[in-house]
Amino acid sequence: MKRSIPLLITFLVGVALILAMFIPHWPFNVLNERFSIFYDIIAVFAFILGGGNLLKVHMRKVQRKGGDWKYSLVTIIGFFLMLGAGLMKIGVPEGLSGDYQATGSLFKYLYDSAFQPLQATMFSLLAFFVASASYRAFRAKTREATILLVAAFIILLRPTPLGYYLTFWLPEPLQFLHIPNLSTWILSVPNMAGQRAIMIGIALGIVSTSLRLILGIERSYLGSEGKG
Amino acid sequence: MEEEKRRVTWYEALGALDRRVIFLLIALAVIIPLIVHYTTTIPPSEIVTDLFDAVENLPPGSKVLMSFDYGPSTAPENQPMATAFTRHCFEKGHRIYMIALWATGPRQSQELIEDVVEGEFEGKVHGEHYIHLGYKAGNQGLINALLSDFKSMYTTDLAGVDIESFPMMEGIDDLRDFDIILAIGSGFPGTKEWVQFAGDPGDIPVGGGTTAVMAPLLYPYYPKQMLGFLGGLQGAAEYEAALMDHYPKYRDMSRAASTSMGPQVTAHLVIVGFILIGNLTYLMEKRKKRKF
Amino acid sequence: MLLAVLFLTAPLLAQQSQDDSAADSSSYMPPLSPPAEVRAYDTPDDAGGSITVEWEPSADDTGTEGRVTGYEIFRSESRDSGFESLMCVPGGTITCIDNSALSRVQYYYRVRAFSADAASAGALAGPAMASQQWFNRARVNLMVIACILVFAIVYYIVQSARGKDLYIRKISGLEAVDEAVGRATEMGRPVLFVPGIQDMDNVQTVAGITILANIAKRTATYETALDVPVSRSIVMSTGRETVKQAYLESGRPDLYNDDIVHYITDEQFGYVAAVDGIMVRQKPAACFYLGAFFAESLILAETGNSIGAIQVAGTAMPTQLPFFVAACDYTLIGEELFAASAYLSGDRMMLGSLKGQDAGKAIAMLFILVGVGLATLAAISGSEALTTLSEWMRYMFRVN
Repeated sequence: MKRSIPLLITFLVGVALILAMFIPHWPFNVLNERFSIFYDIIAVFAFILGGGNLLKVHMRKVQRKGGDWKYSLVTIIGFFLMLGAGLMKIGVPEGLSGDYQATGSLFKYLYDSAFQPLQATMFSLLAFFVASASYRAFRAKTREATILLVAAFIILLRPTPLGYYLTFWLPEPLQFLHIPNLSTWILSVPNMAGQRAIMIGIALGIVSTSLRLILGIERSYLGSEGKG
Repeated sequence: MEEEKRRVTWYEALGALDRRVIFLLIALAVIIPLIVHYTTTIPPSEIVTDLFDAVENLPPGSKVLMSFDYGPSTAPENQPMATAFTRHCFEKGHRIYMIALWATGPRQSQELIEDVVEGEFEGKVHGEHYIHLGYKAGNQGLINALLSDFKSMYTTDLAGVDIESFPMMEGIDDLRDFDIILAIGSGFPGTKEWVQFAGDPGDIPVGGGTTAVMAPLLYPYYPKQMLGFLGGLQGAAEYEAALMDHYPKYRDMSRAASTSMGPQVTAHLVIVGFILIGNLTYLMEKRKKRKF
Repeated sequence: MLLAVLFLTAPLLAQQSQDDSAADSSSYMPPLSPPAEVRAYDTPDDAGGSITVEWEPSADDTGTEGRVTGYEIFRSESRDSGFESLMCVPGGTITCIDNSALSRVQYYYRVRAFSADAASAGALAGPAMASQQWFNRARVNLMVIACILVFAIVYYIVQSARGKDLYIRKISGLEAVDEAVGRATEMGRPVLFVPGIQDMDNVQTVAGITILANIAKRTATYETALDVPVSRSIVMSTGRETVKQAYLESGRPDLYNDDIVHYITDEQFGYVAAVDGIMVRQKPAACFYLGAFFAESLILAETGNSIGAIQVAGTAMPTQLPFFVAACDYTLIGEELFAASAYLSGDRMMLGSLKGQDAGKAIAMLFILVGVGLATLAAISGSEALTTLSEWMRYMFRVN
């Protein structure tokens, strides 16, 4: 019974949403949107669980002076600082009736001077990691790896003057080998073919997984195995 | 017996290069061009030119929906796209409707309004030439809803003013009332969702821009389902180049994408250098193993 | 005197009269021809509230040289009066859709052609009533394709359940799961599992959580520490249920505690910064990245590489696959992620669904080959029959 009801709900909702794709009549035409909104509402309430868990884990660490507890203290302070700044609308010219992101508000100040630069910094790590990953991984160990390597060179050289000057002199019949043209061809033809093939495989995988979930064959997400 | 100290060859040392050296060289490759103001002009490719022409050929006063589906992390790539689109649309006299599928989007559109709209197009009036509608939750569900009834989701602008009070909202019932959708994104939901849930089912022209990483995902949709798109900073620089060709005044104005292409070019060359060195050391080690 | 004035002004008055009539005759434009065969009907395959109006163009609508610049559509609920202007469409248009109609209300429409200085009489159509349909006929093709795929998957599930042995190729990333957990056990270091940064409404996250169940059973058996930082609260709840059950079934409920699965933040880069911190401080020996990822994929993988962990990744995000392939030891590419839970569990019915997935791929490949062949032959030969067949096939696979 404990598992039968969730399985039945999964089945009914899954089938209803599939049918909604083909039935424009009310209520099927609004099912998709309504369920998306229901999910968003549940997710918002679930956030209280998540936020509570975050605080519980880090407060316990601080209390017990567990490993690296100072980082946990920073987390707790940051959490309450942003929450307080937004909820209490500190610094907002119109006070509690104003927009929490209004110019002059503490929330906006923290967002602009802390959150935005931190986000940009984390994203910038990719530039360094791409270089170190390329250095380590792009070795011509096999034929396929060599082809990958050559394609990577062409794509990397495309926006550079070197890429232009290496091949701009090619005669008209061989202009397709001009690096910018070749680069566009690689992205538009073999890359597109590969992307489409992967997308078809993924789509089939999603159909198969969804079918397993709807039919109740896949049940581990419910937290129990076996028949019931 | 003494152990013979094995000499580390130069290629072995290179092969085992500390990643921090690589990081340092990349940092220099990015910083130095910025200091010396090294810029490059990228000629626009066909995929960018097609989008440019589509916007250029719209009759003046056309309704352009611009969706800001990115945040501060990808703003260096996406914001120049938004700037270029806005400049082009206002040069043509189009009306811009700004919305966002990401919660961080309105901050970016507000930045665009402050820097570009109010900074460069003083005569443009909110509600008449452009409107800032803000973010609504729902991801692709929102797009579905907007396709049926725009004003049921957006009842006010971002400042809370009734949407019916704005002249430019007259005649906007659903997404089909827009002449083009320009979706600037960096993940989910983003440009792809606009194609799948608005462009295709509603037969609405869609273009846009996305980060370089996401760009390969959009090639399958061009040119049948997307007019064109800007792939990463390079795409933005290409659009700026097209804008400069048609509107020479922008040659002397700040062009974020073109300026940022300098560091990108040098970083690319440094990475190519690393790959060559890495393969050279690999080949030398392979040769050495074969000898023994 | 009066006669003299009249005599003198008469020519002037006559001239004025002539001028007026000349002006009238030059400004007179004949009315435009009205559009023909105007018809209004319920827009098919929709949820009601929409009526389509069609017409044949006016005889004066001859393109850019023609007099017609547009058509104006009027609507009323009665046949003879109360018509109000609904919309204007440019010349050359022969159809429009009224999306403001109320369902189950009869409407009449008048369409007239107009130009800058003339207009036609309005041609009447109606009554028409918008209504909802129970089936979207435009999606029959999708239904057929879906039925074929579902049939293939269900067929193989049934076959497998009946005891038929099905060959499933080895997936090296999944073969390595045991090796990875074993390595962590030997080194006395934890196993890190990252189920992606999307919520439970994303099927990749569901796939990741089902694989977590299998990995949790192994960590419970080997008594290896498991750490599952998550980015969504609902994923935290589901993950906890999954891991708890896995530990229960392994006979080690004493090793389970709620903090194994813990929430970090919804924010993408905040999450990856926290996970990187966990990696650098706790130095897990095995890292699993199985779910939906975006830009943070390479950051996670490179950090894992720097601490010397064995890394198994799997995602259905095509843009992130190259990063995982370059930086991780094993990568589950696209559909292999969805196959993983079936593969690891060894359950017959789930393995049958994998076979069905492969059958679906074979069907897709067949249609691609046929379609490409037809289009190529049509382009080379110029045959109308082949072109029509190729267009029909393209039409059959459209989405709308």
